[in-house]
Amino acid sequence: MDLAFTPELKAFRAEAREWLDANVPAEPLPSLDTKEGFALHREWERKLNDGRWAMVPWPVEYGGRGANLIEWLVFEEEYYRAGAPNRVNQNGIFLLGPTLMEYGSDEQKARFLPKIASSEEVWAQGWSEPNAGSDMAAIRSTARREGDHFIINGQKTWASRGAFADWLFCIFRTDPESQRHRGLTFILVPLDAPGVTVRPIPQLDGETGFAEVFFEDAKVHTENQLGEEGGGWKVAMATAGFERGLMLRSPARFQATAARLVELYRKIGGDADPALRDAVARAWVNAEAYCLNTYQTASRLIAGGSIGSEASLNKIFWSEMDVQMHETALSLLGARAELLAHAPEAGDVGNWLDGYLFSLAGPIYAGTNEIQRNVIAERLLGLPR
Amino acid sequence: MDFTFSEDHEMFRESVRGLLDRECTADAVRALWDTDSGRSNELWSKLTELGLFGLMAPESDGGLAMNEVDLVLPLIETGYAAVPGPVVECAAVAVPLLRDLGDTKLSGKWLPAIAAGEAVATVGHDANQFVADAHIADLLLLPHEGTLHAVDGAAVKATHQPTNDPSRRLYTIDWSPSETTCIARGDGAHSLLSDALDRGAWGCAAQLLGVAQRMVDIAVLYATQREQFGKPIGSFQAIKHLLANVQVKIEFAKPLLYRAANSLAEGADTRSADVSQAKAVAGEAASLGAKTSLQVHGAIGYTWECDLQIWMKRAWSLELAWGSTAWHRARVAEAVIDGKLPARSFGFEPR
Ligand SMILES: Cc1cc2nc3c(=O)[nH]c(=O)nc-3n(C[C@H](O)[C@H](O)[C@H](O)COP(=O)(O)OP(=O)(O)OC[C@H]3O[C@@H](n4cnc5c(N)ncnc54)[C@H](O)[C@@H]3O)c2cc1C
Repeated sequence: MDLAFTPELKAFRAEAREWLDANVPAEPLPSLDTKEGFALHREWERKLNDGRWAMVPWPVEYGGRGANLIEWLVFEEEYYRAGAPNRVNQNGIFLLGPTLMEYGSDEQKARFLPKIASSEEVWAQGWSEPNAGSDMAAIRSTARREGDHFIINGQKTWASRGAFADWLFCIFRTDPESQRHRGLTFILVPLDAPGVTVRPIPQLDGETGFAEVFFEDAKVHTENQLGEEGGGWKVAMATAGFERGLMLRSPARFQATAARLVELYRKIGGDADPALRDAVARAWVNAEAYCLNTYQTASRLIAGGSIGSEASLNKIFWSEMDVQMHETALSLLGARAELLAHAPEAGDVGNWLDGYLFSLAGPIYAGTNEIQRNVIAERLLGLPR
Repeated sequence: MDFTFSEDHEMFRESVRGLLDRECTADAVRALWDTDSGRSNELWSKLTELGLFGLMAPESDGGLAMNEVDLVLPLIETGYAAVPGPVVECAAVAVPLLRDLGDTKLSGKWLPAIAAGEAVATVGHDANQFVADAHIADLLLLPHEGTLHAVDGAAVKATHQPTNDPSRRLYTIDWSPSETTCIARGDGAHSLLSDALDRGAWGCAAQLLGVAQRMVDIAVLYATQREQFGKPIGSFQAIKHLLANVQVKIEFAKPLLYRAANSLAEGADTRSADVSQAKAVAGEAASLGAKTSLQVHGAIGYTWECDLQIWMKRAWSLELAWGSTAWHRARVAEAVIDGKLPARSFGFEPR
């Protein structure tokens, strides 16, 4: 055990900090769930990529820095320290990119990776369907091969950033006789293809954070198939893989929230309910625990270990911590907590409300916490099904 | 940067676990509860042979010159097996205190004896109203109005205060502080006592996580065997989710405990705050583990006969020892919010 940051890591941190300090927009960008905000976030991604900071964990040959998980954590610490914008293309960068590197043909890699890197093409993720939520293998949308095209029918839903994204990666049922996990194929779909209709869905906060996508005899070239026909489940599982789950919510995000919460408490402090003081301390400790746990997992992976169902512990922990932190902030704010960010009296109060609303989605997306608890009980603890 | 334990660490843990699996069964613990001392010299000797008590003593005093990072996994195991007696007070508090004292006459007398299993030490502290396992101690390290004293077991009168956990017997001590018993005063005593508190709390946190894991394991086993409505109760989701919640608590307490071990070993300025974080969350994990495991057992868990009680009672007593969960949480707040003691987040540096 050696918890010191090496000189190399310190140098890496300094380099990232310097670049971010010089380049992060002074004013926060408008929400990426608006048309204007989306475009500005795309522009920011281009700038990041020009500085070679967009694809930090990608191999050098694909424009990344070949960073290992610890370096990636350091980069994220600096990213959150700098208050840099949300990553509009995180599906492309952290999910599809590595999957393409693993399963894609050389042509597919050459076709898609550079445009992910520059965010010229922003990706959405299309697993869920109206009747396939937690039970993802209940997918019904179909793709039928006709010559060198797939003819796609059905519906995907809840695709984050789908309202403004360019592409969607999905799995469809290519074998109509098949059941459950078999007979599914992983297909990359341009959202402007004929027969594809995107209908934005306003979220709890009123913004169009996700979309449903309808396919009516949509035509997509077969060169957009990733992996084997009928082998889509395996590719999808790799995409949603455990290690990538580790990258979904980096610890610095919560450490930054905890630091803001401590600031908020200090500012409001005084006559606040003593239980809130405790809640603030608890939030800070939880963020530490999550961070240290992630460093532990990263160290283990770098040493050749693996991560399996333990990822479910992470998912529950960060999502519940996020809710607890924001609840605490709202309690501290008292009656002002209900102000929207653009209310003239809001100051920075509205960010906490936005954050709270978004935190409430955490226990739902990326596998609900109930499903994660089932996984922990059955696969880690060995309880009977 | 490497947040993993070495193979040697894992092997040490395995050997302690192996020994305790054989020698410190639930039946053995119960049998000890019924004896006068409640403690097993034989088990103590065997743990000594593995190096547990001399671990932090200098080699010149018969020790291994190791630190808290080396001790943390075996300590968890002593919680997992509910080893009765002052393991934390002796191995994790008294030994490094004697080592740090700078009084070679005293440390030269006691450390080799402790490392050889010939003497047992316990420690009193203002954070604890009572002294743990004073009845079997050859050496007591006791505070008195800001000074620190080393007192022979034979020179004190210990009065048992029966408590809920027979594995951790508590005593009030009648003794006379004097010039000859005094081993530190002023700043020296203050810093030794402050480190003693940190190490005591950290040691309890380690045991608490072992205790918590044991309660989950006991409940999982029971839930796999016990059937109702024609199925194992462990197949009911309500039971699964209760136990999953405890496992989440345990898993995220561990890295705080390991970081605290590292901070103690390095003498980091954040060690008190790091220890308090670990003690608070370990206490919560064990307390949730106790409630949950009892609930999973139903009525059988509420009996004297059910072994679960051994660990529930350890959970409750260790939660109070060396600063309660609430006390440590309050100290974290003082560090993080008021800046009264140093605390830093790992990796992330806020602007
Ligand atoms: C903000 C947000 C963004 C999202 N982004 C995307 C995206 O980009 N792409 C995408 O494909 N999907 C996305 N989703 C959808 C998400 O993956 C699903 O919401 C999730 O898988 C749950 O499915 P469901 O909503 O249909 O709920 P259901 O599966 O119907 O579940 C409803 C409730 O029943 C519980 N439940 C269901 N099955 C079980 C069981 N076996 N045991 C115990 N409890 C059970 C659930 O835990 C939940 O509490 C997003 C969702 C949200 C909220």
